[in-house]
Amino acid sequence: MSTAASQKRGFGTVLWDYLTTVDHKKIAHLYLFGGGFFFLLGGLEALAIRIQLLQPENDFVSAGFYNEILTMHGTTMIFLAAMPLIFAIMNAVVPLQIGARDVAFPFLNSLGFWLFLFGGLLLNCSWFLGGAPDAGWTGYVPLSITSPGHGVDFYVMGLQIAGAGTLIGGINFLATIVTMRAPGMTYMRMPLFSWTTFITSILILFAFPALTVGLFLLMFDRMFGSAFFDVGLGGNAIIWQHLFWIFGHPEVYILILPLFGVFSEVISTFSKKRLFGYTAMVFATILIAFLGFMVWAHHMFAVGLGPVANSIFSLATMAIAVPTGIKIFNWLATMWGGRITINSAMLWTLGFIPTFTIGGMTGVMVASVVADYQYHDSYFVVAHFHYVIVGGTVFGIFAALHYWWPKMFGRVLNEAMGKLTFWTFFIGFHLTFFIQHFLGLMGMPRRYWTYLEGQQLDLGNQISTVGAFFMAFGVIVFVINAIYTAVKGEKAADDPWDGRTLEWSIASPPAHYNFKQMPLVRGLDALWIEKMEGKGRLTPAEPLGDIHMPNSSFLPFMMSLGLFIAGLGFIYQVNYNWAYILLFGGMAIMLGSMLARSLKDDHGYHIPKDELEREVD
Amino acid sequence: MKGWMGKIRAFCLLGLTAFVLSACGKENLTALDPKGYGADQSFNLIILTTIVMLFVLAVVMVVYTIVLIRYRKKKGQKDYIPKQVEGNKTLETVWTVIPIILLLIIAVPTITATFDLADESAASDSLNVQVTGNQYWWHFNYEGQEIQTSQDLYIPVGEKVYLNMKSSDVIHSFWVPAISGKMDVNPENENTMYIEAHEEGVYWGKCAEFCGPSHSLMDFKVVAVSQDEFDQWAQDMQNVDPEAEPEDAVAQEGQSLFQEKNCMSCHAIGSSPAQIGPNLTDFGNRSKLAGVEDLTKENLVQWITDPESIKPGNKMTGNYPEVSDDEAGKIAEYLLQLKPTDITPESAQ
Ligand code: HEC
Ligand SMILES: [Cu+2]
Repeated sequence: MSTAASQKRGFGTVLWDYLTTVDHKKIAHLYLFGGGFFFLLGGLEALAIRIQLLQPENDFVSAGFYNEILTMHGTTMIFLAAMPLIFAIMNAVVPLQIGARDVAFPFLNSLGFWLFLFGGLLLNCSWFLGGAPDAGWTGYVPLSITSPGHGVDFYVMGLQIAGAGTLIGGINFLATIVTMRAPGMTYMRMPLFSWTTFITSILILFAFPALTVGLFLLMFDRMFGSAFFDVGLGGNAIIWQHLFWIFGHPEVYILILPLFGVFSEVISTFSKKRLFGYTAMVFATILIAFLGFMVWAHHMFAVGLGPVANSIFSLATMAIAVPTGIKIFNWLATMWGGRITINSAMLWTLGFIPTFTIGGMTGVMVASVVADYQYHDSYFVVAHFHYVIVGGTVFGIFAALHYWWPKMFGRVLNEAMGKLTFWTFFIGFHLTFFIQHFLGLMGMPRRYWTYLEGQQLDLGNQISTVGAFFMAFGVIVFVINAIYTAVKGEKAADDPWDGRTLEWSIASPPAHYNFKQMPLVRGLDALWIEKMEGKGRLTPAEPLGDIHMPNSSFLPFMMSLGLFIAGLGFIYQVNYNWAYILLFGGMAIMLGSMLARSLKDDHGYHIPKDELEREVD
Repeated sequence: MKGWMGKIRAFCLLGLTAFVLSACGKENLTALDPKGYGADQSFNLIILTTIVMLFVLAVVMVVYTIVLIRYRKKKGQKDYIPKQVEGNKTLETVWTVIPIILLLIIAVPTITATFDLADESAASDSLNVQVTGNQYWWHFNYEGQEIQTSQDLYIPVGEKVYLNMKSSDVIHSFWVPAISGKMDVNPENENTMYIEAHEEGVYWGKCAEFCGPSHSLMDFKVVAVSQDEFDQWAQDMQNVDPEAEPEDAVAQEGQSLFQEKNCMSCHAIGSSPAQIGPNLTDFGNRSKLAGVEDLTKENLVQWITDPESIKPGNKMTGNYPEVSDDEAGKIAEYLLQLKPTDITPESAQ
């Protein structure tokens, strides 16, 4: 119904609607398009890297440009693709899963998205403004301080702005899950995806500030002449690595935990079984998150921290394998004795299990300090983290998209194309990255623009490049699938997969207020319980009444735009005085918008009861 | 512990020979064919962890395969609803405890080796070399010996050699996979590691920490020679006369051009301390030019006239007066005959 109405609206209205929306479902769409766009961009960068490494001593791209590409590939994929795509899924699903009408702070939700988008755009503006950052996504000092031009300045400002968006998003989900669960939904009745979102949000809350601090120090060193990291002036360069990885290691759990939740939902639904060891799964997640903060220095085994520090961090890292193993076995046990349907969402999940197990194995291997003296900064590590981040996060995002697409867009993705995407991507992935374990041990360090002839590294690199093109093909098919589905796709039923959780109890896509009446939750897998007891629908927990909804607002867009402009000002004030106009102008836009938000009372609006009564289910 | 590790290793080497021979990479570069003390230690742990982890993978894959074969939805199962199992205490305990045991098997030798490789007690009785990492070349200063080399590090075989490493600019990482794992070379503190080669040979070294455009071209060599050869080499290097006139007339011209063109402001010949550019005392004996190119006159001329075309972003480009091809040829003649010793990379075979 709502789609039919929106088709009649003009392009301008739709655009304005999205620019001002505070509805978590539309913000999910925005995150999906934004993150998807950057994912394609990062993918192109990956292809350029693989083409350059196709032959020894190749010069498809120059050394300096290669460094820009590899830096942007990493930065884009982590901050501008994986994170927003995860936020897309969280936004689309979590409020529905916990039976809420929206998130706790809809306005902030929108602000989080626009900050991410403008941060990402600012970072990518560097391509056209004298060159992208070239110090690696880790931005190690002193390389990042001495890097000429403004590339690294764009990295600093872009990530700072996008990172603020992420922090806001995390806090928002935390508040949402703590305060807005439907009646009866205790913590231990919460679907696992909501649980992992909850834990992830805590990780964001504690991890991102370390990055913020690091970026501020770097910003002052680069733009205002301070010397926090300048060894020559008594600064400390190693501290950057600590700050970066105190953020960076939890970040990899931020990237993987939500997808653990996704896999749990998918496996349970398509095996027609309750998640095996739900309680253990929840505590394993908490334990992983907790340990995740104590292992950052395993990225620094070669730094020379000494045998005591290295040993402690090595043990802590190995310990993480235990809760991760528990998860893998619980998933297998969930499927054991079930009735497994294999469709696209499930295929991605089944592809994930062996892939991620290998990634976890190599994780334990790199945790072994002395072995890591060989693996560290070599292609072995490149292989390892792609096994966990692509094999875990990207596979998980695909699984989630296939699973929840009907709920997000009211249409089911095409199965045939879905399977084609999976198989080409899956095969391409292993072709690309498996061999890289060996390349690393055969003496190929990571971030190498080229390798010399006659070092027996040629074949491995060629295989790797071929694999990358398979992956690219898979992604293209997915994009075609998405477009095809939007135009001609099969309309989705409200509950296409015989689901177990609350989101499947309402329309696909849901009405903008989600739940006409708050549902009463009577246990884990709330919808499944009702189905088993023959009712098939949830009992309302409240009588039908007026629904309070927040108003749309253009202010989040303006605030982010202001920061974007101010960011440009910060970057260019180093050499040009006119840049202060941008700096102060941008700040004025942002602060003005904040002022407007603070002074104007916005109480939202109510959907009256009789209007709701008129709407047919 | 050594004993059973040795057995495992022998077994694996045997079993994997075919595979290893075809896929373990270039000799004296690959970490899969270790020829030094540190590389041995790493290799043992690589093998041990791989075996343990393959065991885990095998268990997961067996269960996974059974599940997929047995529990896939079958025809006529349309309305079948599986039993909803909450969990199973025994099973869950099993798959918590067994991994912990497996991890302990890995953890104990890991920590032993970590402390072993960090042991500096023998440093004072051993050869100590000050290693300086520079964008994009390496400098070696033999402590207390008045010997300076760049790019090629000569060590006596079978001896522990302590490397005291520091960077002059950004972070680099010293990695000679066949002999030892890597250690970062930081600008702010001196890191110490030791290396010991079991066999004579020329081993490839690489910079493993991202350090700028020519990061991938920051190669160096470790030349492991017998103790006698090493002593000979050290003696020859100490006795070098930096001002010695070459016999060849063209090379003589080259020598004066080398001074005129300001090359000396960055490059030292003889044992003066670290400079802005590599020490060229034994340049004629180098295994490679600038770490990566074959040491031929043609390449050398190209380097002198246009170093940027060989190593992008290097610190020589643009910092010396223009040199014509002809002049470069003469300088090349001079540099190539700088062979103060008969101990060369070829001696290390
Ligand atoms: C500004 C300082 C500077 C000046 C002046 C300079 N060089 Fe260099 N040179 C370097 C640096 C730095 C390197 C190392 C480049 C690298 O590998 O990244 C180098 C490398 C070399 C090498 C290769 C050394 C090796 O170990 O393989 C040669 C040969 C060389 N320079 C010759 C010359 C000659 C001839 C001149 C004079 C015409 C000259 N250089 C002037 C800084 C300088
Ligand atoms: Cu380097």
